[in-house]
This record gives sequence, structure tokens and C-alpha cells, in this order.
Amino acid sequence: MSPLVVAARAGLSRGRIELRQSFTNAETLWGYLFPTVVLLVVMFFLRGAKVPGTEFSLGAQTLPSTLGMTVAFGGLVTMASILTVEREDGTLLRAKATPNGMFGYLISKITLVSGMTLVSVALLLVPGLFLFDVLALDSIGAWLTLAWVMLVGMVATMPVGAVFGSLLSNPRNMGLIMLPMMGLIATSGIFYPITAMPGWLQAVAQVFPIYWLGLGMRSALLPEAMAAVELGDSWRHLETLLVLGGWAVAGLVLAPVVLRRMARRESGSSVAARREKAMQRVT
Amino acid sequence: MVVSAGAETPTSTGASTDRGVTLDVHDLRMRYGSTDVLTGVSFSARRGEVLALLGPNGAGKTTTIEILEGFRMRSGGRVEVLGTDPARGDERWRSRLGVVLQSWRDHGRWRVRELLTHLGSYYAPYSTGRISRPWDIDELIQVVGLAEHAHKKVGQLSGGQRRRVDVAIGIVGRPEVLFLDEPTAGFDPSARREFHDLVHRLTDIDDTTILLTTHDLDEAEKLADRILILAGGRIIASGSADELSRRISADAEVRWSQGGARFVHSTGDATGFVRELFAQHGEDIADLEVRRASLEDTYMTLVRDHESGRADGATRAFEEVAR
Repeated sequence: MSPLVVAARAGLSRGRIELRQSFTNAETLWGYLFPTVVLLVVMFFLRGAKVPGTEFSLGAQTLPSTLGMTVAFGGLVTMASILTVEREDGTLLRAKATPNGMFGYLISKITLVSGMTLVSVALLLVPGLFLFDVLALDSIGAWLTLAWVMLVGMVATMPVGAVFGSLLSNPRNMGLIMLPMMGLIATSGIFYPITAMPGWLQAVAQVFPIYWLGLGMRSALLPEAMAAVELGDSWRHLETLLVLGGWAVAGLVLAPVVLRRMARRESGSSVAARREKAMQRVT
Repeated sequence: MVVSAGAETPTSTGASTDRGVTLDVHDLRMRYGSTDVLTGVSFSARRGEVLALLGPNGAGKTTTIEILEGFRMRSGGRVEVLGTDPARGDERWRSRLGVVLQSWRDHGRWRVRELLTHLGSYYAPYSTGRISRPWDIDELIQVVGLAEHAHKKVGQLSGGQRRRVDVAIGIVGRPEVLFLDEPTAGFDPSARREFHDLVHRLTDIDDTTILLTTHDLDEAEKLADRILILAGGRIIASGSADELSRRISADAEVRWSQGGARFVHSTGDATGFVRELFAQHGEDIADLEVRRASLEDTYMTLVRDHESGRADGATRAFEEVAR
């Protein structure tokens, strides 16, 4: 068997093992459950509120939006933080010392982050469907839309997340990603319709993937009539594909260059230096 | 001083592997900014040899080993590891090397056996007629003495046990060349002893060339067939522990007492001096003692010679780490 096929398989199995580990670890379990519970509680209390200009529940509209946010969060933040943490602790250097190890490592991270995202989406979606009768995944079309939005969303965000992760010098700088993320979430029409924002803010939000992921998810789960409250009175599938596709292309072009540069710089002494620094911070 | 071990410098890639030369370094130079860390390091090693790169902190040991591992680009000179320039080593070349890294908290949630099986699987396509890769995992776990802990999580192991995992990871692909950078840094004496036993066992099992760095003379003496003393960016002496102490410390110290007074004399020819002493004073001589400087004395002298550049050395060490 070709060494690359072997490494790809090893990467898949590594991703599976690490996904399994994420269910038995208190920290990652908290990471799955805490946001889910908070979001469900928020939506529960929003269930009576109406989307402006309609009789539709704001809570029900928020649920698909948060699914889009979850996909973006997984690709951008989870990917970036895993990379910075594992660069600091030497996991990446081990991959570098193994033949085709970096390739396998990358496959494993794609598997792991995809798996974690799927789990997080399911954790929100399943109770959400019980909570709101108006949400329906009763047609093949709806499932297909959900699937392609998730897939394109992951391809659009994971490479960019990997680039951020490679550029951050240590995990304690994750705030540099989290703060803009929070700002974008607030302005991307996740918790409140984007139409309520000033025009320039709408323009900014439409550059980034979060808005489009939210929109795509709404198009999958909400009744057709709800498209009327969106910008352009439409689900804008073509635009969604174009913007997310643009991010995917940019990420896929940039990520190999940045990742290679980061990997080249890894050595025993660079890991030792980071360990030293982290230890000083602890004591 | 250029140190060449045994074989002539091979001229072509094929020749070097045929003759069993696994490491061949000639005039290796490394410069960070305006600081020269390595100023012409040359050595070579054959299959099955254990080499210790010994030197004070900041001497360039880590830089040297990282260049050989292919983790760092050199500024000049020629380097061949298994007949290949590490700067251009491909994955097949990588599969023939083992690097023992200092673990910290990576893979803490992995179970020992699971991790070794996983990392070993990458080596399977690189088996050759002579070497079957990877190592049988249960046998490997036995060899490094982790049988009782095979199903424990790496994060739950003690420091010494974790280090065994590091070694197991380094050798899981049955490497032809194994690199160990400061393998026992931070060890207590018993962990250190256990580690030394482990390295001896490894050299007995496979014909692996081992290059290790250390600043501990005792360790170099215990583990290595040959010691290379690196100071000020060059190899200032090399040889077995015996050869080194003989070659560098030709002088011996002769002490005796005569008529209640004590005397000390330093000489290159202790035997001749003592013969002369007895010929002149005969029975007056008492408490005779002839002592050749130990390897440790020699090493300390050598290092002290470079001590003048100590501040310089410290900055270098810092830069090395900061990179």
C-alpha cells in the first residue's frame, strides 16, 4: 500500500480515537454541553417573541442560525485552538518526526473537528426540533440543504482556522480570535435578524462566513415564507455558495503555505522554549 | 580539530552506506545573525556505534543534532545521514530515523499501547527485506519495560515511565539511526540508571547508530563508544573515555614525602621521574602517590578554557532556544 494511503488511514483512525476521547474527558464534555444548554435555554425564553413583521417565533428562527454559528465556530476556533495547543505541547513535532506524519495529523484534525462539529450540531438540532414544531426536516430537500451548507461551511472555515492556529504563537493568545468572533456573531444575524442592523454593518457581516452559514441553515429548516424577512427577500443560495466557496478557496490556497512554514520551524528546542515559557507562567 | 572516525570521508552517497558509515558530517557551520554557533564540526559514525556529543550549555549540541535530524537548516558544510542530506531528506529517509523527543504533556489522553500502535502504523510501508517495520508493539512495550502500564493513559504515568514512552516512540519504526537530545535531563539518579540500561539493551538488539547529546560527562562515559567534546562551536577532542583521558592529560601528578616535608610534582613521564626519585633518595621517600588526571579533570579544564567566552555562550544558548 502506498505510504500516503497508510498515513491517511492512520489519520482517520487518529481522528476517531481523539473524537472518542472527547466524550470521556470532562473538559471537552463541558465544551459540548455548556453552549448547547445555554443556547437552548435562550431559545426557550425567546420562543414567545416574534420575528419583527411576522408571527413567527424568534426562538425558532434563532435555532438554525446557531447551527450555522456552531459550524463556523468549530472550523475557525476549535481548529485554531487545537493547532496552537498541540504545537506548544509537542504533538506536532512528533508528527513531524514520523514519516508522512504531518499529512496524517492534518487528516486527523479534519476528522476530529468535523466529528465534534457534527456532534455539537446534533446536540442542538435534536432537542430544537422537539422544542419548535415549526422547524421541519421533513423533506429530502431540507436534509440536502442542511448537508451541503454544513459541508461547504466546514471546508470554508477549517483551512482558515488552521491558518489562524499556525500564526498564533501560543494558546493564551486565542483571545485574538475569540473577540472578533464574538463581534461577528453579534452582527451576523444569529440572535437577531440582520435587517435590524445599520447598512454598513450588514455589508461587513456579509463578507464573513458566519452570516451565510446562519442563512443557509435557516433556509434548510424554516418554512419557505420566512425568506421574506431576509436581505433580498430570498435565501440567496447562489451567493451563499459563492462567498463560502471564496473562503474555501482562499483557505485552501493559504493553509498549505502557512502550515508548511509553521511545520518547518518546529524542532525540539522550539518546543522546549515554549515549555519553559509556559512553566514560568504557571509557577 | 577535525575528527574522523575510522572510515575515510566517503565521496558518494552509495559508498557511504556500503561502508556502514551512517553519519557523516564535514565542516558543519551554523550562524544565527552575526553569531557563529558552529564553526566547522566534522565527525562520522558507523553502524552500531554510540556517539555522545558532550559539551557545556550553549556549545551547539542541540543545534548540531537538530541539523542532523533535518529539523533545522545549516549555514554551511556537508552533512549526510544514511547517505542523504537531511535538508533534502524525504519521508522514506525519515522512516529510517528515530528521534527521541522530550515529552511534556502531549498525548496525555492516549493509552500507551494505542499511541505506539498508531505511530508505528506510519512505518509499515517502509519495511525492507532486512528490517521489518514497525517493531512488534507488545515486544516493544516489553523492551522498554512498560508491560504493566500498556493500558494506562500517558498522562497518568510518572516522569520516568513517560520517558520510556518517548524512547519507545523514537524506536517504534526500528530506526537505523537514533537521535537523543539530553535524554536524561531532569532525571533522578535511579531513573537515570534505568535509562542507561535501556539504551544498552537497544544497542544489543539492533545495530542502531545512536547519537546523543549530554552535558553530563558520567553519562557520556557510561553510554558512548566514542565521546565528542563540543566547545565554542567546534569539536575540541574525541575518542573513547580512556583515549580522551590519556590523550589530553599526558601529565600525571606525583606526590611524596621526604624527611617530614610533602612534595608535589607534575610530569609527562611519571615512571621515569619516580625511578630517578628513588635512585637519588632511596629509602627517604615515603607516601608515594602517582595520579593521572581523571577524564573529569580533563573535561573541566577544557570547558574552563572556553569559560572566558561564557557570556557569549549564554547569549548563544538563548538565541538557540528563541529560534
